[in-house]
Amino acid sequence: MYHKYDAVVVGAGGAGLMAALQMVGKANVAVITKLYPSRSHTGAAQGGICAALGNTEEDHWEWHMFDTVKGGDYLTDQDAAEVLARDAIERIIELEHMGLPFNRTPEGKIDQRRFGGHTRNYGEGPVRRSCFAADRTGHMILQTLYQQGIKNNVTFFNEFHLMDLIINNGRCVGVTAMDIKTGELHTFHSKATVFATGGYGRCWRVTSNAHACTGDGMVSAYRAGVPLMDMEMYQFHPTGLYRIGILLSEAARGEGGILRNSEGERFCERYAPTLKDLAPRDMVSRFIYQELREGRGAGPNKDYVYLHVDHLGKEVIDAKLPDITDFARTYLHVEPYTEGVPIQPTAHYAMGGIPTDVNGRVIMDEKGTVLPGFYAAGETACVSVHGANRLGTNSLVDLVVFGRRAGQNALQFIKDNDFEALPTNHEGRSNDLLRFVETGNDGSRKENAANIRKEMQDYMMDNVSVVRDAEKLTLALNKLYELKERYTKVKVSDSTQKFNTEKLEALELGAMLEMAEVTTKGALDRKESRGAHYREDYLKRDDQNFLAHTLVYRADDGNIKELRYKPVTLGRFEPKERKY
Amino acid sequence: MQITMKILRFDPEKDKKAHFQNYEIEADPLDRVLDALNTVKWHHDGTLTYRRSCAHGVCGSDAMRINGRNRLACKELVGDVGKKITIEPMLGFRILRDLVVDMEPFFDKYKSIKPYLINHEEVPAIERFQSAEDREIFDETTKCILCGACSGSCPPYWSNSEFIGPAAIVNAHRFIFDSRDQGVDERLAVLSQGEGVFRCRTIYNCTDACPRGIPVTKAIEQIKRVMLYNRG
Repeated sequence: MYHKYDAVVVGAGGAGLMAALQMVGKANVAVITKLYPSRSHTGAAQGGICAALGNTEEDHWEWHMFDTVKGGDYLTDQDAAEVLARDAIERIIELEHMGLPFNRTPEGKIDQRRFGGHTRNYGEGPVRRSCFAADRTGHMILQTLYQQGIKNNVTFFNEFHLMDLIINNGRCVGVTAMDIKTGELHTFHSKATVFATGGYGRCWRVTSNAHACTGDGMVSAYRAGVPLMDMEMYQFHPTGLYRIGILLSEAARGEGGILRNSEGERFCERYAPTLKDLAPRDMVSRFIYQELREGRGAGPNKDYVYLHVDHLGKEVIDAKLPDITDFARTYLHVEPYTEGVPIQPTAHYAMGGIPTDVNGRVIMDEKGTVLPGFYAAGETACVSVHGANRLGTNSLVDLVVFGRRAGQNALQFIKDNDFEALPTNHEGRSNDLLRFVETGNDGSRKENAANIRKEMQDYMMDNVSVVRDAEKLTLALNKLYELKERYTKVKVSDSTQKFNTEKLEALELGAMLEMAEVTTKGALDRKESRGAHYREDYLKRDDQNFLAHTLVYRADDGNIKELRYKPVTLGRFEPKERKY
Repeated sequence: MQITMKILRFDPEKDKKAHFQNYEIEADPLDRVLDALNTVKWHHDGTLTYRRSCAHGVCGSDAMRINGRNRLACKELVGDVGKKITIEPMLGFRILRDLVVDMEPFFDKYKSIKPYLINHEEVPAIERFQSAEDREIFDETTKCILCGACSGSCPPYWSNSEFIGPAAIVNAHRFIFDSRDQGVDERLAVLSQGEGVFRCRTIYNCTDACPRGIPVTKAIEQIKRVMLYNRG
């Protein structure tokens, strides 16, 4: 089937909905999403959305910008950090006007609380910058934006799986997507295309990410010739529920929760004297890793530490941290009122992704050459506003700030441009992919998809996570080559067309293998430690050689063609050693 | 431990009727029922079809009947459910395939109550003020994740495809009791119709089914009172 829209937005999470809302009513927009919009992963975000409102104590956007740049270990493009910090204030007010039920101060203003890495006066001490709705801020943002979508009659194509990005004559002209209900391939011909397709946490064994987070948008762009940026910068959130990976928000520590090792020591104090448990996530993950390495992990396998909120009292726990405590009780049968909750670092967030400028326009190289008609926002994009490590509460604000900018710029593009034709055989690549998964039940295909996926997840968790070195990274890369080979023989036993999720999972596996490969290769070639990318064989940050973004390009045979480097946009904050 | 999964199957391209299929699998007591479904799909029968995403009870994708009760498959632990687990799609929804049901009528009913803030005043330069007490009033009904477990457990919803259902009413409540909203009359106009709030028979299945612990019946009761007496 063929559809023609001025703009197509792929992804109906916070960034996608925000982009669509800029255009609806002014242009013909369609939103394509692999899930129903309210199921998007934005809804899982807990802790908060930050802006220098200064509602409970003094705050300034310059301080927020500094925290974001330093938090990103100076890989953050400073123009992006400035846009984020400045625009954030208006965006939060706008969300409240849309109806978001923020928690309130006694005066009735939007309440704010402390969060990791956010400081007053350029690092003096923690500052109350995070606005929140209990511990389900993401849920409320997703609901509110979806509700605005309903109010404004946005057109949704629900449960459509992105297959391919279409480029013609140097311009992006749309996408193809499979209707999951029927198995049919659809072409969406558009002037502007916005990708807001989220991350790829499912490449790792222990992750906070939903099953749907498989990097579909990133891989489609990559396969169409768009480079991916900073893929080695992948964040491990320190407090994932042990073994399962479900996120226990940083908000717990923002409210006063602390981490203890098997000896009962508040170990963060030792590593980060000023911010302690509220040091940025990449650092806290490393503190935990170090404690486990040195034998101070708890439990029979000594492979977790404890998050304590019991000292905060029932009232605070019930009012501020209800969902988090529910997780501990439901999944581990642990009572947070009285016990410490077992936690471990969990694969959480992609700082890297599709490279864009601060207006959401996708760029193709280190010079910033724009690919007309193609935009990206949210976790899928890499502006880069998070650099080598993202601060908590900066993702939700990234969604609304850059989702809005991408939508507004796409709208302007629509006004200024006509449609470009689709190329001949624009469904060719998609049909090849579909044929591959639809012929998965002939005798020669014997590999079990779940086994390939599990091996990938295990190798990534053990070798491409919190602490890395050349040996581990090379081991993982070689394993991924082997898995990609085995994937060509993957079995797909379900031959029904309608709602075929086995076919879907096979397509997602193909995407994840490529995401894992570019992540591992980027990590291997970045011979330094910076932010979330920590190398035991290159412990120091090397601004001389690596104050730059990694750009990875794909070859026609499906392997990596080359890595190039794009200089970081510097600004008012000079790169310094990152201490808290 | 060894468990038996008895799952209702229906392939619209191959089956005339829905039928049960049994699977014997290994599971850990702390595994979620969703993990058990994944074990079946990934290692025993790739054709088993169900919706899932977040795997921790916040997205609402995997509401289904587990041993006769509507629950989220990712919030139920195998050890708590038992060694024999019967899994069926929710009642009151048309089956598309296996455990996947048609959610369109459910979302249409949600949209019919105008689930967005209605406020006709000029927007202030800063946030609208709301006291902590006012914020508390509608806190419970903000938790709805549109999973369908409540409507799918409601006998009037099963027998009457037009009934607006508990979920739509809960989401109307979220706005009606939000001090910033001015759309009470518009929503009550929808809810006071024949297939609106008064189809509720106060059975309480919805409150039992809600994975977010929302007091659904109580919220519906509060709306009925507003309608009758114009006060909460």
